[in-house]
Amino acid sequence: MSAASTAEPAFVAKTKTGRFTDFVDQRVGGSGILREFGRKVFPDHWSFMFGEVALYSFVILLLSGTFLTFFFDPSMAETHYDGSYVPLKGVEMSVAYSSSLDISFDIRGGLFMRQVHHWAALLFVASIAVHMLRVFFTGAFRKPREMNWVVGSVLLILAMAAGFTGYSLPDDLLSGNGLRIIDGVIKSIPVIGTYISFFLFGGEFPGTAVIGRLYMLHILLVPALILLMIVLHLFMVVVHKHTQYPGPGRNDNNVVGYPLGPVYAAKAGGFFFIVFGVLALMAGFFTINPIWNYGPYDPSPVSAGTQPDWYIGFVDGALRLMPGTLGDWQVEQTWLGFVFSFNVLLPALVPAGILFTVMFMYPWIERWITKDDREHHVLDRPRNAPTRTAIGMAGFVWYCVMWAAAGSDLIATHFHVSLNDVTYWLRALFFIGPIIAFIVTKRVALALQRKDREIALHGRETGRIVRLPHGEFIEVHAPLDEYKRYKLVGFESPEVLPAVPNEHGVVTRKEKRRAFLSKWFFEDRVAPATPAELEAAHGHGHEAVEAPEAAKSLSH
Amino acid sequence: MKALSQKRRHPLAAIALLLMGLLITGGLYAVATTVNEAKASTTSYSADDVEEGGKLFAANCATCHGMGASGTDAGPSLVGVGAAAVDFQVGTGRMPMQMNGPQAMKKPVQFNDEQTNQLSAYVASLGAGPAIPEESLLDEGGDAAAGGELFRVNCAMCHNAAAAGGALTRGKFAPALADVSGKHIYEAMVTGPQNMPVFSDSNITPEDKRDIITFLKQIETTGSPGGADLGSLGPVAEGLFVWVAGLGVIIAFTIWLTSRTS
Repeated sequence: MSAASTAEPAFVAKTKTGRFTDFVDQRVGGSGILREFGRKVFPDHWSFMFGEVALYSFVILLLSGTFLTFFFDPSMAETHYDGSYVPLKGVEMSVAYSSSLDISFDIRGGLFMRQVHHWAALLFVASIAVHMLRVFFTGAFRKPREMNWVVGSVLLILAMAAGFTGYSLPDDLLSGNGLRIIDGVIKSIPVIGTYISFFLFGGEFPGTAVIGRLYMLHILLVPALILLMIVLHLFMVVVHKHTQYPGPGRNDNNVVGYPLGPVYAAKAGGFFFIVFGVLALMAGFFTINPIWNYGPYDPSPVSAGTQPDWYIGFVDGALRLMPGTLGDWQVEQTWLGFVFSFNVLLPALVPAGILFTVMFMYPWIERWITKDDREHHVLDRPRNAPTRTAIGMAGFVWYCVMWAAAGSDLIATHFHVSLNDVTYWLRALFFIGPIIAFIVTKRVALALQRKDREIALHGRETGRIVRLPHGEFIEVHAPLDEYKRYKLVGFESPEVLPAVPNEHGVVTRKEKRRAFLSKWFFEDRVAPATPAELEAAHGHGHEAVEAPEAAKSLSH
Repeated sequence: MKALSQKRRHPLAAIALLLMGLLITGGLYAVATTVNEAKASTTSYSADDVEEGGKLFAANCATCHGMGASGTDAGPSLVGVGAAAVDFQVGTGRMPMQMNGPQAMKKPVQFNDEQTNQLSAYVASLGAGPAIPEESLLDEGGDAAAGGELFRVNCAMCHNAAAAGGALTRGKFAPALADVSGKHIYEAMVTGPQNMPVFSDSNITPEDKRDIITFLKQIETTGSPGGADLGSLGPVAEGLFVWVAGLGVIIAFTIWLTSRTS
């Protein structure tokens, strides 16, 4: 190419802008990138935009967070407050808390930026959670997107880590209580717990080191990892192309939607400002984390209504639900002179461990059960995967029970019920809630599938009753148009795969387990209406009534 | 000093030390309790007040608290609870109690100021107890910052750091303290109504109580510097708000952005 360009006279653009862009293009190949990305097609659906919300929240977090770093001092040195908030004047506190108060009261726009940052953090994790629920319930984690599901799950954990490290920074009473709980959880780990705690806090809790350390994690390591994971995540979205909901003309080999440029780029750019605007309004009108209420951290007081931010709430809730004794058995045990605080260790680590393990492994679990190695770019409607939807709802309800438990005191005071009863009920729901959710969800999904099948075969009930010449009364059913019918019949419905012997002719125990799970997953499936069934349904008795109806609708 | 250190291994040294300890503890306790009682007799009521109060008591309170306020199975004896307890319970409408429950609820006041005063006089006449605080302790002229520290250490675990209230066991609760008068806050501290512990004058001095009241009134009048306070209930309220209002508005926008004009 270089040989050719020396031979021909170089292209010279006519305008200044043209010459400038040509200069850049020749060096970085911008037009090629733009051509590739600009033509990337994205399908249109509101539920596809939560990942975007998370991304924009992260950008807003970076912007507002940078502002906060200009004024925040992560030092645990002691000082006496001398700012403009009177109820704390002269109170002994750490420099970190004092500088957080200064940001709130003495730096122009500081309180607004702090509130933008905190609201954006809550929205960041919330939109990640909703995005993951959408991906799970529509089966978007299936091949080829399993690894992207894992990256997304890592992002959720990193987002929680970013949130928690940030929550602890102001060194107010609330965040100190939160850190104390974390310290307790760490210390409950047998044998090594105490060592880890002393390592983290640089000695006995609270020490004088932890705020500075959390600050470094919060502004350097965690955001860098999040950024890396976001890049990986988006790279894989581009490689895999976006999934789409089922519909006429949509299949696993195409994407129906708008190209990125210009429509989507404009919409996405505008959406960024909408998210920013919503967060700015929230920050402007609603207090978040009023650190001046809580006072400086002091290990002795614990305020009523001490809770973590919502995304850590489920761990706090599990801790609140855990009884100290089971019958006569003390949950905290002393073995060989060592104390094993299972009353803290079990609730703090086990539910979260189960949730995250199942979350990470689920794509592989389902792949193993269905033996499905095909690529899926068309999503499932949640009802068309009843068992998966039911598993998801069971997990969701389990999470929500623990989450609700983190607000058990507020449930008690606001609904005028006994705190003890709230705890007992939530303890019961902790075990039976997921089971009820599973059964109810599965039945609802199957019922919706049956309704879909009914409508696909016999049309929509119109409520018009017609009397036939020989005296029979029938209700007129309006047939569906082809587009609507496609949505009701064009889905995959995996069947039970019985156990098959391997190459040695042996049915392994693992294969038997797989077959059992496959039966459990798909035995009560509702098959989509086949073309033959549709044909047969249309040859049905009341077709005679529907025919003139169809003719009429054509005539006008 | 040398003689003392030489005798420290004397067989009677331990006994002497013990006696000394007991004397100091007992002496301090005696001083502390008289500090409380000294306050109790500062206000005086006329014999008329006591008599009228006795009539009101017999008509409205004796069913549960017994004649002469000696207590029954339905209500405790009020001998020695002092005028402050009556002024708080009756003055906030908690007494007469509307119904049995985990704790007496606040409700519209049943007696006017004069009647409340007469009831207080009657109960105070039955035995010494905390009196109604002097105006000088309620003038909100104390040190708000010191009061804030005392509040966080002594009160916030039940009443919440922002005095927004909190849950206790079995349906009991610590109420929010906004709109509670300084007098009633003071009386609650010295009498320990419902499930509240008593904060005697030896525990929190009258001046410290004045600081606490100053702090509470200060945060009440300052309001919320950051916008609507969402009840000052902490991160649960904030989480609920971001999920319902924040995500709700954003979902509305996503639906708008992806809707087709056709």
